[in-house]
Amino acid sequence: MTQQPLLELHGITKRFGDALASDHIDFNLYPGEIHVLLGENGAGKSTLMNIIYGLSTPDAGNIILKGNSVKIKQPRDAIGYGINMVHQHFMLIPVFTVAENIMLGHETRWGFSLDKKKASQEIQQLSQDYGLEVEMDALVENLPVGLQQRVEIMKALYRETKILILDEPTAVLTPREVEDLFRVMRNLTEKGISIILITHKLKEVMTIADRITVMRAGRVVGTTSPSKSSEEELAVMMVGRKVVLQIRKKPLQAKDVLLDVKEFTVSDDQQMEVLHQVSFQVRAGEIFGIAGVQGNGQTELALALAGLLPFNRGRVCLAGKVMPSLHPRVLMNHGWAHIPEDRQKHGLVLPYSVADNQILNTYHQPPFSSLLRRNKEVILVNSTRLIEQYDIRTSGPRNPVSELSGGNQQKVIISRELDRKICCLLANQPTRGLDVGSIEYIHQQIVRLRDQGVAVLLISSELDEIISLSDTIAVMYCGKIAASAPSDHWTKEQLGLMMAGYSPPPKSLTWGNRKLL
Amino acid sequence: MINPFHFLKKVWLTIDIPCAAVFLSAAIGAVLLNFSGANPLDAYGALFQGSFGGMSALGRTLEKATPLIFSGLAVAFAFKAGLFNIGTQGQLLFGALAAAVAGFGLAGMPGWLHAPLALLIGAFAGGIYSAVQGALKAYTGSHEVITGIMLNYVAINLTDYLTNGPLKDDTPGNIIARTPLVMETSWLHRIGSFPVGFGLALIASLVVWWFLERTTFGFEISTVGHNSHAASYAGMNVKLIIVWTMLLSGILAGFGGAVETLGVVHRYQPGFNIGLGFEGITIALLGKTHPVGVVLAALLVGAMKAGSSQMQFHAGVDKAIIDVILALILFFVAADVLIRKILRRRETKGEKVLFSTGWSK
Amino acid sequence: MFQKYINSRCGIVRGLSFLVLLVILWSYFYDSAITEAVLASALRQSTPLALGALCGLMGERSGVINIGIEGQMLLSAFVGFLVSVWTGNLLFAVLTGVATGAVIGLLLAFMSVSLRIDQILGGTVINILGFGLTGYFYQVGLNTKGKLQSISLGPLQDIPLLGPVLFNNPPITYLTLVLVLVVHYVLFHTHWGLRTRAVGEHPRAVDTLGINVFLMRYTNVVLGGAIAGLAGSFLTLEAVGSFERGMTNGRGFVALAVMIFGKWTPIGSWGAALLFGLAIALQTQLQFGGQTIPHQFIGMLPYLLTVVVLAGFVGRARPPAAVGTPYTKE
Repeated sequence: MTQQPLLELHGITKRFGDALASDHIDFNLYPGEIHVLLGENGAGKSTLMNIIYGLSTPDAGNIILKGNSVKIKQPRDAIGYGINMVHQHFMLIPVFTVAENIMLGHETRWGFSLDKKKASQEIQQLSQDYGLEVEMDALVENLPVGLQQRVEIMKALYRETKILILDEPTAVLTPREVEDLFRVMRNLTEKGISIILITHKLKEVMTIADRITVMRAGRVVGTTSPSKSSEEELAVMMVGRKVVLQIRKKPLQAKDVLLDVKEFTVSDDQQMEVLHQVSFQVRAGEIFGIAGVQGNGQTELALALAGLLPFNRGRVCLAGKVMPSLHPRVLMNHGWAHIPEDRQKHGLVLPYSVADNQILNTYHQPPFSSLLRRNKEVILVNSTRLIEQYDIRTSGPRNPVSELSGGNQQKVIISRELDRKICCLLANQPTRGLDVGSIEYIHQQIVRLRDQGVAVLLISSELDEIISLSDTIAVMYCGKIAASAPSDHWTKEQLGLMMAGYSPPPKSLTWGNRKLL
Repeated sequence: MINPFHFLKKVWLTIDIPCAAVFLSAAIGAVLLNFSGANPLDAYGALFQGSFGGMSALGRTLEKATPLIFSGLAVAFAFKAGLFNIGTQGQLLFGALAAAVAGFGLAGMPGWLHAPLALLIGAFAGGIYSAVQGALKAYTGSHEVITGIMLNYVAINLTDYLTNGPLKDDTPGNIIARTPLVMETSWLHRIGSFPVGFGLALIASLVVWWFLERTTFGFEISTVGHNSHAASYAGMNVKLIIVWTMLLSGILAGFGGAVETLGVVHRYQPGFNIGLGFEGITIALLGKTHPVGVVLAALLVGAMKAGSSQMQFHAGVDKAIIDVILALILFFVAADVLIRKILRRRETKGEKVLFSTGWSK
Repeated sequence: MFQKYINSRCGIVRGLSFLVLLVILWSYFYDSAITEAVLASALRQSTPLALGALCGLMGERSGVINIGIEGQMLLSAFVGFLVSVWTGNLLFAVLTGVATGAVIGLLLAFMSVSLRIDQILGGTVINILGFGLTGYFYQVGLNTKGKLQSISLGPLQDIPLLGPVLFNNPPITYLTLVLVLVVHYVLFHTHWGLRTRAVGEHPRAVDTLGINVFLMRYTNVVLGGAIAGLAGSFLTLEAVGSFERGMTNGRGFVALAVMIFGKWTPIGSWGAALLFGLAIALQTQLQFGGQTIPHQFIGMLPYLLTVVVLAGFVGRARPPAAVGTPYTKE
């Protein structure tokens, strides 16, 4: 390309303490292209984009926009230059309407007052121009994620964006919605908008990218394009070694039903029923995967099963015993283990030491306590053993768990939960936000448990994770199990359709010999 | 082997900010004294004389520090669970009044039984009042700070009414709202110039330390304080732990009131205990919510209160300057970031102390 | 289903207000003079509470808990009083009272926005500082030369019941009614209000839109402080005419309950303040009426009412999502 780049980065460097988050990064973006920034979690993609967007300032390096060197100290500058960003965690005010969210910070005024009418008209016009339909007066908190993302994009368009940064936009979408998003992105580039897409998903990269820049550990590994590269090549560039994407496991030898959930109905903390009569069974030695777009009741299902959210109706049997009530401690005594979705909220007490976190739910049992007294020596010995056994990188059992990396924090939880004698494991988003090494390790552990005859209930919004690990796959949609079948009976396309709410299931779906819903 | 140099360094890193806070506040206090026409050196000199100059002054300091240790422990204890027990004041009043009632009401008891019994009754009166606040927090979600302050006002009104009505001292000629004198069997005496109550306070702080550091219940309290979600994940009953923590915190506060009644005032009289609860907040923060820190901080504040009369008498300074200095100390320990900047020191590992948790959580 | 639940709650509040109105009308026909006196007293009693609640909600809407309203009111009352003693100029005294409130608001904003210390602790510091400073500098025997007098609004005053209650008041009471409307307008109909509410809900989102979170919070807390300062001035310069130690008597805290009861809205808070004011006015009236209830029990009423409100036995709404959490840039 002989064109002049729209945006150039030269030698951008950013340091956090001792770690280099960006190490002399060069990057350029041409008008009207989709440039993918590919890298694992923690490779420094978000840091780099935050620098472009003015959320953090680089220690060294230049940003050049249309040939002129610019300083972007705060988001206001970036917006002024026509740079907008759709963050991975949406930056929307849940209790505001769509129109209020779009105009916030860029309000149309009439004297001192807000001119809500005029703003609405402008936004309406915009949505027609770009074919993005949203209801102006709906509260954002009532919209599904896909539409919330649309609001985010409209926010950028309302500010007359020239460069749009999308940070992991597909993480929360169904395959169908991803297609829609890609169509919108193409539409935008045709109108002259340049897009930087941040992702770690190789398949998407191959479909949508014009050019690809791969980052690893704060550095740019190289820039290429889909036609000159392959998925395998990109994976090696991204991780720095060959990755075994296939998980080897013994054939399924499912035995007795260990977890039996019947007509389970749950309301969230605002008394809205979010789970309607969900029933399923998990057998010993089986991984039962629940796929689905986030926000379809998986979080509540997991919390309620773990005794952290009261359930309205239903029955849960664990290893053949009906649980009279679900309480974390009672469940644990019956051989239940739980890897929670939000490890920093539920799974860990961040200021506590590694050792104390490893006995977080067994602290009251011998040998960790005798009568009322805590046996600190035993707790430390236990921790030292677990640290070695589960290969946790920490300076010692007394180290606060807040100083560990995400992967090692997750290993602390795993060492705590899997070290007991368990019959059933609930793993909710066990690998979210982790690097490839940790993901591989955690997958191995889950499969190891399955081979030992533990019933594993796996909840994940990563479709690839569900497909590669599960023996049986169920899809959750709108608080119900839409369908479930052995994993080799599904194709990825069918799963995607079910996740988007297309029922009844496609005809080609065979139901196996299990009794299903 | 402990390296003495390392140990000293560690001690200094623990106490440097409280020390700096005290000195800064004293300096600002000096400016204020100067502003109102007194000689700060004379005033502080008299203050020191009145609190540490001689055995009787020292005894007075210990006596003043005693209820402060209890109220400081009460506040610090609740902080461990992320609860801000600002209702210490009201709990202390109830403790003091209940101990007085037990002191004059239970006749014909031997001293070895009467005093401990009166103390326990006082402690439990404070505890139960505090548990109400804890239950309101746990089961209705109302923030303990506002309910605590409201219950303080209720306690003031209620004790006022009782000492003016049913429990009024009916000795002929008495027109003051106060209870009768407690019986001598319930008094907490002095050994030499060492008040027995101070010994009790030291024991209490030792027990609190052991309880928080070495027992599973202490572990539960601190887990709830740091992350209540993780606490329920771990199978702890968060609501019940909140009620229990408040109950125990209130018991400590009630103890403080009872010791003051039985050891110093020997009756309940409205107005005699005002401020002890709020000073507990300053002391808990100054002592970094650690029992040893609380004792040291209480001694400091106790000394200021013990010497304040002497200061008023010799240097002509209004006692109320003590309240200003205490408020400044509270400001500086709360705003420790400010002092850190002055001392050019970063936060060391694990130094962060937990105070209260959010508004509606 | 949830919606139904909310509606039924609203229904209760509405029904209650209607009941109160009916009782007032009935009592007016029964004894018009006393009813007017009680209502007028209720309005005046509600003034510091309404102002305090406005101060609280400006802070909370922008994400800062202000539990130091009590201290702000006390210090402003004291400074306003001193200035009126020294200069004899009531207008100037009120203005210095307002300025004092704003300065303490600045201190609170500094502590909770810039230093990011625990906001509840910050407010407590201000309260204790307020008690300490006023206690130390207060001298017995200072007297002002009068207080703010009532201004009657001509013919409006002759409307039965409403006239004497609403249109014959001293200036700060009038000003409060105006401020309630102004704050409502600013909060819900201007871009400033939109941004303020956004900052209280999701500061990071607002930051990514190029709006200065710190400036928004500072401004709101300082302006709120000025309103608390007005409440303090009301106490010394309009209601009592002199200063006493601890004369705010917990009004700053009750104001927070009023704010919660009013669901973080100016008009709702004003209604709640009126209800509290009515309770206080009624108990005073009962006392004059020679009832045998000990005055301490009556004195407890506003505090118990506050606990009841906080416990959520009557109407409760969702507080701003980000309230109480200091904002840190990455």
